[in-house]
Amino acid sequence: MFLTISTTGSPERPATDLGFLLHKHPGKAQAFSTSHGTAHVFYPEASEERCTAALLLEVDPVALVRRGKGKGRGGAPDAALAQYVNDRPYAASSLLSVAMAAVFKSALNGVCRALPDRVQESLPLRVEVPALPARGGVELARGLFGPLGWARVDAVAVPLDERFPQWGDSRYVRLVLEGEMRLVDALRQLYVLLPVLDDAKHYWVAPDEVDKLLRAGEGWLAGHPEQKLITSRYLSRRWGLTRQAMERLELVRLAESDDLEVESLDNAVDETTDTEERPVPLAERRREAILTALRSAGAARVLDLGCGQGQLVQALLKDARFTEIVGVDVSMRALTVAARRLKLDRMGERQAGRVTLRQGSLSYTDRQLKGYDAAVLSEVIEHLDLERLPALEYAVFGAARPRTVLVTTPNVEYNVRWETLPAGHVRHGDHRFEWTRAEFGAWARQVAGRHGYEVDFLPVGPDDPEVGPPTQMAVFTTAAADTEKTHGKTHGRTDRESGEKTKEAKAA
Amino acid sequence: MTTTPRTTGATRRLPVTDLSLVVLIGATGSGKSTFARAHFKPTEVISSDFCRGLVADDENDQSASKDAFDVLHHIAGKRLAAGRLTVVDATNVQSESRKQLVRLAREHDVLPIAIVLDVPEEVCLARNAQRPDRAGMPRHVVRRHRSELHRSLRGLEREGFRKVHVLRGEEEVAAAEIVLERRYNDLRHLSGPFDIVGDIHGCSSELDTLLGKLGYVDGAHPEGRTAVFVGDLVDRGPDSPGVLRRVMSMVAAGNALCVPGNHENKLGRYLEGRKVQHTHGLAETVEQLEREDAEHPEFRKEVAEFIDGLVSHYVLDGGKLVVCHAGLPEKYHGRTSGRVRSHALYGDTTGETDEFGLPVRYPWAEEYRGRAAVVYGHTPTPTASWLNNTLCLDTGAVFGGRMTALRWPEREIVDVPAERVWYEPVKPLTTEAPGGREGRPLDLADVQGRRTVETRHMGRVAVREENAAAALEVMSRFAVDPRLLAYLPPTMAPTATSREKGYLEHPAEAFAQYRADGVTRVVCEEKHMGSRAVALVCRDADAARARFGTGGAPHAAGGAGGPTGALYTRTGRPFLDDAALTETVLDRLRTAVTAAGLWEEWDTDWVLLDAELMPWSLKAGGLLRSQYAAVGAASGAVLPVAGEALAAAAARGVDVGALAARQRERVVDAAAFTDAYRRYCWDTEELDGVRIAPFQILAVQGRSLAAVPHDEQLAWLDRLVEHDPTGLLQVTRRLVVDTGDEASVRSGTDWWLEMTGRGGEGMVVKPLGALVRDAGGRLVQPGIKVRGREYLRIIYGPEYTRPENLERLRSRFLGHKRSLALREYALGLEALDRLADGEPLWRVHEAVFAVLALESEPVDPRL
Repeated sequence: MFLTISTTGSPERPATDLGFLLHKHPGKAQAFSTSHGTAHVFYPEASEERCTAALLLEVDPVALVRRGKGKGRGGAPDAALAQYVNDRPYAASSLLSVAMAAVFKSALNGVCRALPDRVQESLPLRVEVPALPARGGVELARGLFGPLGWARVDAVAVPLDERFPQWGDSRYVRLVLEGEMRLVDALRQLYVLLPVLDDAKHYWVAPDEVDKLLRAGEGWLAGHPEQKLITSRYLSRRWGLTRQAMERLELVRLAESDDLEVESLDNAVDETTDTEERPVPLAERRREAILTALRSAGAARVLDLGCGQGQLVQALLKDARFTEIVGVDVSMRALTVAARRLKLDRMGERQAGRVTLRQGSLSYTDRQLKGYDAAVLSEVIEHLDLERLPALEYAVFGAARPRTVLVTTPNVEYNVRWETLPAGHVRHGDHRFEWTRAEFGAWARQVAGRHGYEVDFLPVGPDDPEVGPPTQMAVFTTAAADTEKTHGKTHGRTDRESGEKTKEAKAA
Repeated sequence: MTTTPRTTGATRRLPVTDLSLVVLIGATGSGKSTFARAHFKPTEVISSDFCRGLVADDENDQSASKDAFDVLHHIAGKRLAAGRLTVVDATNVQSESRKQLVRLAREHDVLPIAIVLDVPEEVCLARNAQRPDRAGMPRHVVRRHRSELHRSLRGLEREGFRKVHVLRGEEEVAAAEIVLERRYNDLRHLSGPFDIVGDIHGCSSELDTLLGKLGYVDGAHPEGRTAVFVGDLVDRGPDSPGVLRRVMSMVAAGNALCVPGNHENKLGRYLEGRKVQHTHGLAETVEQLEREDAEHPEFRKEVAEFIDGLVSHYVLDGGKLVVCHAGLPEKYHGRTSGRVRSHALYGDTTGETDEFGLPVRYPWAEEYRGRAAVVYGHTPTPTASWLNNTLCLDTGAVFGGRMTALRWPEREIVDVPAERVWYEPVKPLTTEAPGGREGRPLDLADVQGRRTVETRHMGRVAVREENAAAALEVMSRFAVDPRLLAYLPPTMAPTATSREKGYLEHPAEAFAQYRADGVTRVVCEEKHMGSRAVALVCRDADAARARFGTGGAPHAAGGAGGPTGALYTRTGRPFLDDAALTETVLDRLRTAVTAAGLWEEWDTDWVLLDAELMPWSLKAGGLLRSQYAAVGAASGAVLPVAGEALAAAAARGVDVGALAARQRERVVDAAAFTDAYRRYCWDTEELDGVRIAPFQILAVQGRSLAAVPHDEQLAWLDRLVEHDPTGLLQVTRRLVVDTGDEASVRSGTDWWLEMTGRGGEGMVVKPLGALVRDAGGRLVQPGIKVRGREYLRIIYGPEYTRPENLERLRSRFLGHKRSLALREYALGLEALDRLADGEPLWRVHEAVFAVLALESEPVDPRL
């Protein structure tokens, strides 16, 4: 990883003053040991007219991986670091930022004993970072450096592989900044913005990180239009820590064994791509509709199958008529988030006794799901491949057989009404299908017919005269005669058993 | 009920059923603990004193009795549930305490047996006096115990004890000897072979035909096989007496076993003179028996005795087989109680009646997860088919269906058609019966939580809860239909780390390892750098439906006919997103199998094969771009600029020599890295550019081929490739090496050097014999990968070959990876064996799921 800082000068104000300002002699190549490798400072050119200082950090990739050994999988906070195949030796990331802080400590603090006045003066500066990882690409690089007073902000995307032009650009940007700027400001900007652009930190962040940001951001951060993004990304460690704690290493390994990025497996919890939430709080409407349907069905013991992050469970808990609420999800991450949202560990015993969260899968029958008043499958079926839907159907309607089943799913016809949704796109990356009202209706009626349920349909959200509501809901109810039967079925056995016990108790 | 006669003098033999709850009864100090120690294993005995100690730190703390007995009952319950003889050492002189134990025995369907130690008061007192902790026991306690005991004695049998042994006085106690008796239903020592015959219902002619077809001559089998009748010999049909005569004589001659059906039970009650309704075909039997009376007046009595002597069910062949009339859940196997008998004869019903007025049978077989095969009858079904290791043999012979038998252990079904409809069925033979249902469901209990999977090649393999949880998520959200997911490939361990200069992996260690394992002949197979792909190819959609039960989904992949197989990755995900393209791949494979004549050669309608699908970029595109190409791009962007800067500094006379040299090496390494990953990337359009290199045929109908030597395997595979006109299939180059022959080993090494020198990924060394054990009987690794020097840059980073990096990377630990590879291998073999044996879906799925779960164990991902 590498960057250069250049300036120009004249006999009165020689460019080589840069050496004084950086506290590094232009005639020498110096090496400094930092926590992640050796930082070298040398000057490719150093004359009165032009002077360029280069900072090169030699990262030890093996040490980078092995550092965290013993703490799980590498134990490193940044997932990428656990790989030997790692861009850190090449890309200008937070490692370079840390090296800068160590090597150019005085300059960053605005201290120069030799030329104290020059510190406060602007210089004609040119900064070049040939490989800067930028999540957000060229636009963000420009957006971050543009407002800082540089005359020229030149950000060019680096292609991934010229052999495969169809792969497009990499996340690296070649950045050149030119303009009149105090050196201390330029260094502080780089110190903060390199890791912000990279958006991945390599070290566990200490509590003093806020102070560091405030110090380094002095004079330029407060008025920056992207201040919010800069702050949140720079302080991303808090998020990072949370995420780390929740990291499902088992899933990481399964992804690795199948040559996948972990995001493609561990994606059960992701609200960011849900376009639905924005125009109307549709999720809220959905919960209301579900609660209303459950109440009118007189359900007390309720299954939330595919409970996700537990929003519905939370709503159900607020109504005492729901005496037993079971949230089931296949994603352990979702269940962890749900437990945290519900504050299960701090809930009073009586409340906590009403709610259970556990892992389950509707690809399998599950004895523990039998005997409930109602089951809710809210925005669940569309996350299943169509050919696996019959297994879910059997598990719910054939085996568990709650008296009432509520199923909600997007109405694909309504998608034309989402302004943000490109034509032909599904609403969520993991939706395996989205149905029209007719398709959903046909499926629901078949299911009802096969398993002895009656089904009604209710719109959720504004019922557009042309394309219908954004969400469609089916309310399945066991056919009247069958209600008796299922009751007999579920209670018949226990009755017999308890009958036997009573007899024996009498005999005793 | 038996009460042993009171004899004096020599040894008293006390029969005790080998699975029972033995309740010792006696006053404090009567010597119960001594008696228990003398006659039972220490672990079989649970004493109330011990339990008092557990809960209260004091074996004599009477205030802790309630808790102590809770513990005692809990332990006893666990033991009985596990089928273990259990002895309760407590005074048990009060009827209330005994009642609880009798109930406990009944709950677990075992016999309660009472052994009473009735010794004189003085003896009890003397014994207590010798024990410091009981020295203060007052006389009135002993006296009370003894009087309670004497009051109880007469009622013990009424309380439910099936055997009561009373030992009076010290002498009798000392002379007693416990004799363990086998339960009547325990015939585990008989291994047959058996021919299990389904419901007969008086169809004597069909029975004769079937016995003939099974090879019986005059009721005996020349090879000494034993017939087993599942009951319902009588009623409805034309000749129940004929059937009875045949079966009774075979049983009497020791050529057959027979369990009672509900119809025998009813006939028995009729013959005892009880009042029964002459419905469901009993009228016919009664009439036929009346016709017998004239010629054989004794026959009725013989039949009554025969029926009376029938045992509700049998556990046979080392516990692998259970035969009964109406099916039996696992917890009742080998148990003795009224409800076990009732279940064995009548089965479980839901309490409802169907539209024909018949009781609705509880689908116990759907929930059955037991290890023993349960073979039964009772419920007429159109065809006999296995469901969860259970088989119903009632194929409605009397209703004009077939009479069916099962050869055991061959698991071969033999049947004969009915000669006519002898009796009109009340309702049609429906597919609602167990086994006829669609979508035999998998249950969460088959896979969730901490589990162990029994494998034939490696014993029990454990799956931890967190790994099962991860597998559940991937299996549920991403995998193909589990019915088509009959196998997942195991991970493979790399060769031991090489000390060879410049190399992390080298063939020498692989050959040496196999030599050490006693494997002389190994085959080196070129390692294709693509992605693992498992293909299930069926002859057509019908074959897939028939064998794998697919095609039920209205919107299923592969169009209206349903899929003709599956193509999936090493975690069970569909390899290609496009179902139509998958079908095209399957079709090309199918065409090759057909052209090579392998359907016939293998006598199969489907084949499961393991392959590598190329290019790597096809599936790993995302990873390639985000990780591998990214590193190439970053290095390509920075290194030249840094190089120029260093050159400029050097030109100014600044000493940057060593750093510049290192940077120059970095440029070379980075370029080599980029070259390395690029070799595995190329563009594809539909199937243009896609290649599949099959390397093992895993299984076909009825056979796992995982143990077929690799030279035979490769010969099949070559034929496949040869018969693929489309160029999709690719040959795997190979070389056989003798690990004991230096020259041969050298040629193997040279072959590898040459291949990897040209950029090849490397090779896999496998024992030629495929499934091989070492001298100690342990499985040897089924394959060891030896990866090429350049390829490893993709794994260990561009600069891994620098000496200081290599040295550190050499300290890698292979132990866990090797163990994981073997465990996954054993599970994979198990899945294939279960598939080949036609075992139920959940059994195959259990092993496949475990492979996926183990894949999430923490192991160095670079190995």
